[in-house]
Amino acid sequence: MLRTFAKGGVHPPENKLSADKPIEVLPLPAKVSIPISQHIGAPATILVAKGDRVRVGQLIAQSSGFVSANIHSSVSGVVDSIEPLLDSSGYKRPAVTIVVDGDEWEPAIDRSPVLKREISTDAEGIIKKITDAGIVGLGGATFPSHVKLSVPAGKKVEVLIINGVECEPYLTSDHRLMLEKGHEIMVGIQLLMRVLGVDKAMVGIENNKPDAIKHLTDISPEYKGITVHALKVKYPQGGEKQLIKALINREVPSGGLPIDIGAVVHNVGTAYAVYEAVQKNKPLFERVVTVTGKNLAKPSNFMVRIGTPVAELIAAAGGLPEDSAKVVNGGPMMGKAVSDINVPVTKGTSGIIVFPAAESKRKAESVCIRCAKCVTACPMGLEPYLLIRMSQRMMFDRMEGERVLDCMECGSCSFECPANLPLLDYIRLGKAEVNKIIRARKN
Amino acid sequence: MSSILITAILVLSILGVLLAVVLYLVAQKFKVIEDPRIDLVEAVLPGANCGGCGYPGCRGFAEAFVKADDITTMFCPVGGNDTMANAAQVIGKTAEAKDPLVAVVRCSGSPEHRKRVLEYDGAASCKLATALYSGDTGCHYGCLGLGDCVAVCKFDAIYIDPITLLPVVDEEKCTACGACVKACPKFIIELRKKGPKGKRIYVSCINKDKGGPARKACQVACIGCGKCAKVCPHDAITVENNLAYIDYNKCKLCRKCVEECPTGAIMEINFPPRKQKVEGQTESAETV
Repeated sequence: MLRTFAKGGVHPPENKLSADKPIEVLPLPAKVSIPISQHIGAPATILVAKGDRVRVGQLIAQSSGFVSANIHSSVSGVVDSIEPLLDSSGYKRPAVTIVVDGDEWEPAIDRSPVLKREISTDAEGIIKKITDAGIVGLGGATFPSHVKLSVPAGKKVEVLIINGVECEPYLTSDHRLMLEKGHEIMVGIQLLMRVLGVDKAMVGIENNKPDAIKHLTDISPEYKGITVHALKVKYPQGGEKQLIKALINREVPSGGLPIDIGAVVHNVGTAYAVYEAVQKNKPLFERVVTVTGKNLAKPSNFMVRIGTPVAELIAAAGGLPEDSAKVVNGGPMMGKAVSDINVPVTKGTSGIIVFPAAESKRKAESVCIRCAKCVTACPMGLEPYLLIRMSQRMMFDRMEGERVLDCMECGSCSFECPANLPLLDYIRLGKAEVNKIIRARKN
Repeated sequence: MSSILITAILVLSILGVLLAVVLYLVAQKFKVIEDPRIDLVEAVLPGANCGGCGYPGCRGFAEAFVKADDITTMFCPVGGNDTMANAAQVIGKTAEAKDPLVAVVRCSGSPEHRKRVLEYDGAASCKLATALYSGDTGCHYGCLGLGDCVAVCKFDAIYIDPITLLPVVDEEKCTACGACVKACPKFIIELRKKGPKGKRIYVSCINKDKGGPARKACQVACIGCGKCAKVCPHDAITVENNLAYIDYNKCKLCRKCVEECPTGAIMEINFPPRKQKVEGQTESAETV
């Protein structure tokens, strides 16, 4: 009997079309636009000016606070403009556009593919390298990693949990990374363990990736303290709190953080980025992106430089099919449709999914009959049918009491609703308003 | 039999009198002294409880109005000057007459002028849509047309035009309570002076992009060229962030800016039709 989390959860069709496609390096684009706000927290401060020459890996925008992240150039070339451009948020936000010429890397970066296992850096050195490299959570939330690794005084970490669940349908970037860069990820986990001062790390992988589980289990004896665990397939197991519950059977209290119960969770992609930053001196300027869709000629996994227009990825995957109507940045459950296919890939882009017209439209709304399917589906134990009513009636103060801020926007309620109500949309609105109320109260 | 009846009547009567005395004493002890003028002022107010004055309903306004030393900053937009004069009379003061305001929608981007390039498929709420993206046209500032302003209007004074897909304010019904101004997540609606006989001029655009992109997204966008500011003899127009703004306190309604505007972003409302000018002159202004 495989482990999983207790409350709620759904089983969307998996559609992992690109699971057997090895990671290909995408050819360099002619131009990249690198947004300076790719993470949760304050936007970075731009360090370059129009006309400057930059090299691959050069710092172009500096972290502007503790909860912020450095941003590096992903190409070599000349800065063409610094102006607001449309990005995946649907709004124009400041971005640095660089016209590519050549591929000249910063000399400090070690480009050899040799695995470097010996860890010669101490905990502080590792954290500094992670901060400098601008590493953020690559699972999609893009929370700056160094913040998660700075354990507050009085808290103790007992176990490091590595998230290789990839519960979103369609996406296969973490899957491929685990298969192809298993050793690098393991070294990355050891680096994270050293920072946190723990001797135990658990890698959780859903059982629909047997090859990845086998590969990591086979190599895990070489790395002390790391164990690999197969988990029952259930969405949203990749949620931090769900994964903790599944692996160590502890529950994060409402409004609390995993560290309150002695756990820290990082994604396998983040572990790989940490390996590259610490062992190879390579800042975070490229990532694996799954480009997929049922009508797409060639669903693939690409190693992409940050800032590459999404359109180039789609072109490399066989071009935009004729009847496509929606392009989603992220997974189908939590991702967001882009308003222009020229928006750049950012640190948080785990996948690009092209949907045909037939699958793009929402189904007609009907009325709530209180069947409570949403309540059964909610992994956080909330009551979405109640929250949507409150949100529509602007009863935001009551929504706070109903723990709306516990919602992680996994979309299970909207997925299950037989009346096709826009449950998540209104809950999101409620969350935003409740956050406003809380901020106003503090001031 | 009759004795029981008499006893019962007696006991209950005495009990009644005793309790009445207790109630009277308690009522005297905990008496709330309320200014009788509050009721009078409230009776004068429209009773819409819209909150447009900034107080919680008409009663809240009446209480604050009676207490206030200075009533110049208080105004009931629904009742207008007549109501304020009556209310001020109740408390023995005089209210300054204020220019009536009206809600103005500062976007003219109908589908004819502003092509829809995306399709929004979510719930019909501007607030929800703004959380997802900047709009279904190339313009990142304009009206989304999903009707949050219509939903909050208590006076049925605003509706979405089925052809232009933009909100239209009914001048007769609009009380300038400001509910739509607060509801619009794009900050498009503004309260402006109604003007003599309803005549008013305003820039019907809030696009802060540079001229090129603004014009590309919408044919009637303000491109920030500044021609209106140059031609204005009353110094009423300022151009900031590629967007012109007309100060309604300075505007003398000469309409020179309307003629000068190359995109037609400046609106004139309730003016009589213009006299036909010499041919050639007007045509160049209109065809641009």
